[in-house]
Amino acid sequence: MSSAFSAIRIIQPLPLNTTTTRSPEKPLFDPLKTTSSFLGSTARFCSTSLNKPSSASHLRRSAVVAVSDVVKDKKLNSNSSLSNLLLTKEEGLEVYQDMILGRAFEDMCAQMYYRGKMFGFVHLYNGQEAVSTGFINLLKKEDSVVSTYRDHVHALSKGVPARAVMSELFGKVTGCCRGQGGSMHMFSKEHNVLGGFAFIGEGIPVATGAAFSSKYRREVLKQADCDHVTVAFFGDGTCNNGQFFECLNMAALWKLPIVFVVENNLWAIGMSHLRATSDPEIWKKGPAFGMPGVHVDGMDVLKVREVAKEAIGRARRGEGPSLVECETYRFRGHSLADPDELRDPAEKAHYAARDPITALKKYMIENKLANEAELKAIEKKIDEVVEDAVEFADASPHPGRTQLLENVFADPKGFGIGPDGKYRCEDPKFTEGTAQV
Amino acid sequence: MAAIFHGFGPAAAALSSSSSFDSKRFQLPSLKSQTERKGSVLVVRSDGRVIPGSNPKGRSAGKLVTNAVAAKADSSATATASKPGHELLLFEALREGLEEEMDRDPTVCVMGEDVGHYGGSYKVTKDLATKYGDLRVLDTPIAENSFTGMAIGAAMTGLRPIVEGMNMGFLLLAFNQISNNCGMLHYTSGGQFTIPVVIRGPGGVGRQLGAEHSQRLESYFQSIPGIQMVACSTPYNAKGLMKAAIRSENPVILFEHVLLYNLKERIPDEEYVLSLEEAEMVRPGEHITILTYSRMRYHVMQAAKTLVNKGYDPEVIDIRSLKPFDLHTIGNSVKKTHRVLIVEECMRTGGIGASLTAAISENFHDYLDAPIVCLSSQDVPTPYAGTLEEWTVVQPAQIVAAVEQLCQ
Repeated sequence: MSSAFSAIRIIQPLPLNTTTTRSPEKPLFDPLKTTSSFLGSTARFCSTSLNKPSSASHLRRSAVVAVSDVVKDKKLNSNSSLSNLLLTKEEGLEVYQDMILGRAFEDMCAQMYYRGKMFGFVHLYNGQEAVSTGFINLLKKEDSVVSTYRDHVHALSKGVPARAVMSELFGKVTGCCRGQGGSMHMFSKEHNVLGGFAFIGEGIPVATGAAFSSKYRREVLKQADCDHVTVAFFGDGTCNNGQFFECLNMAALWKLPIVFVVENNLWAIGMSHLRATSDPEIWKKGPAFGMPGVHVDGMDVLKVREVAKEAIGRARRGEGPSLVECETYRFRGHSLADPDELRDPAEKAHYAARDPITALKKYMIENKLANEAELKAIEKKIDEVVEDAVEFADASPHPGRTQLLENVFADPKGFGIGPDGKYRCEDPKFTEGTAQV
Repeated sequence: MAAIFHGFGPAAAALSSSSSFDSKRFQLPSLKSQTERKGSVLVVRSDGRVIPGSNPKGRSAGKLVTNAVAAKADSSATATASKPGHELLLFEALREGLEEEMDRDPTVCVMGEDVGHYGGSYKVTKDLATKYGDLRVLDTPIAENSFTGMAIGAAMTGLRPIVEGMNMGFLLLAFNQISNNCGMLHYTSGGQFTIPVVIRGPGGVGRQLGAEHSQRLESYFQSIPGIQMVACSTPYNAKGLMKAAIRSENPVILFEHVLLYNLKERIPDEEYVLSLEEAEMVRPGEHITILTYSRMRYHVMQAAKTLVNKGYDPEVIDIRSLKPFDLHTIGNSVKKTHRVLIVEECMRTGGIGASLTAAISENFHDYLDAPIVCLSSQDVPTPYAGTLEEWTVVQPAQIVAAVEQLCQ
């Protein structure tokens, strides 16, 4: 059922940034070469597709617009009036705040880790904020987000309070998962954050299931207004995993309202994406399954946002899934335990220069959306939020023994019947966490 | 005593009078009234004692409640005496249970390979797709790990999916999702998300199906925290357990057996749901406790025929709940007979029998007059050749020999 004729859009980075290669080894693709084949080429795809016997292919043509044209034009026209800008002042401040929150929070995590307040594997998101904010800022509360272990910022962007996330990291009862999940398992029923998964790839089917629920509600339960969208975030390493491909297939097959977002930061711990992948251009794998595949500069929140609008809109309208590859970078190591010795300092410097927060700040100031003072005020506010989160987490209690057995089963009868004929969970020691089960 | 498997004649479900142990296949081991009424459905729990004489005769198999409770049993006896029940095969019983639950709750849905248009490889979902539509009875591509994960995601967001593994062995591919997400996600999310999935399918050693289609996954899954495992063995308990599993908020793995799908039995017309955590008293006795489940139940009952003729009085319990064990029913039996024989189809190493042996030793050591004997399949990949296959699985003759040995 794959269609080679879904229109593909390559979102080009701004001309200023295209010359440097992504890695010392070889350029991913030559933007200049690929530009002409794909940009504005809907017509070309149309005509070729009509020659083919498959009549369904033209129906599957992507509705993703040529964002690069839009973005390029708007960016170059920095003197344009406010109405031509990509977002309003309000939106801009919201987006800025979200990214600052992500950055400040993760920096605080690093500090707390080295001070012995949190343990285990902690994976920080510094540098990738544009992807999380770009997508999640556009979602409703009822929409779902699924991530992997680099999930603190996804949870924060979705609305989970910083206090709850920090407490979870400290392993306290006030954490969003009562301290039972930890860094890699951020869940929130209220905000529809469906995890937080330690094994890469295992969250993608869960996301597919959430999207399936949405479709089921609309079509079987006849809740006509149910248009909940699911966004699944995962990395470049995951894109070589079977679950990724299996879910691309199922999502396209059943036209599920899901967006697959690849946070391609080029490295899976110490494994370079280029060394692990036969065809490193992940966006190409979308059309192979019958959905549009888009590549976007993940260091630019405005570009991500434009693509996200389109992809989320597609899903919401019931037109099916999309695959969005965001070229991004993590400024820190894979986790706080990773010495990060393999990556070329030149590569790191290249991406540090494309810091999404700095880029947005520049955009906002140049386009008179905000001034330094306003942005500074946001930064200060966020610092206070993060400080407060740490204080709250510090002051919160550790889980008591009583919590040990509580959430193993939703229905604790699952622990079975003891020799005395009573259910184990009826044993008074059960609530003390000392019952033999 | 019709201790037959795989369609050799009906598994006689009708209860005869209490005097004859031979023909009594299903007892009423009830004691205290612990029955709850949920709407029109009788949810029964058992305490393990036999109340003789409370069974009506013959074909009023409405009385065929294995775990009915004393006081209420009488009233349900009169109530059901007028309803003769209906006869069906085990796979039909499963389907009936499934259909009833799907009628009752629109969030119950089925996913699996060939469950829709094909009706299921063992016809458990036959015609359901026509009735409920292709989305509710979903034909999935061959991607066990992913569609099991999808079911889990759907369960987290409000649906109640039933995942069918075309053969339980295929669920090895879904181990990631079953262990990490099915079992553990409720806990790691701090109790925020429930995973009310049912994972079911045929497993066990069939007729020369080869090593990979003859696996016993209950031994691999038993350590996963957060899941429950049950095994059905008769049409009656198949339907009851299916319904209970669907209604449970916990993830439940329901093990069916390839060779038991054509068992015929008469089951009640009125709705019933069995308890997931309870064992079933198949044949009360005094000399020895034989614990078994699934297909081995029939090998045990066949051996029991021989044993009775030789003068032994075995107590046979179908443990049904593989995780957790019903230590009450089992314990009461051990305390009575002081000898335990476990007969299972799992392999010797790390099977359900191994865990059960440990649990009994730990809890009832003082009551044992002899070491626990566990008869399991050989630690051998099930061979294709019929003769070899027969030798890997426990046969009635071995059971008889083991009982004779234990009861010396």
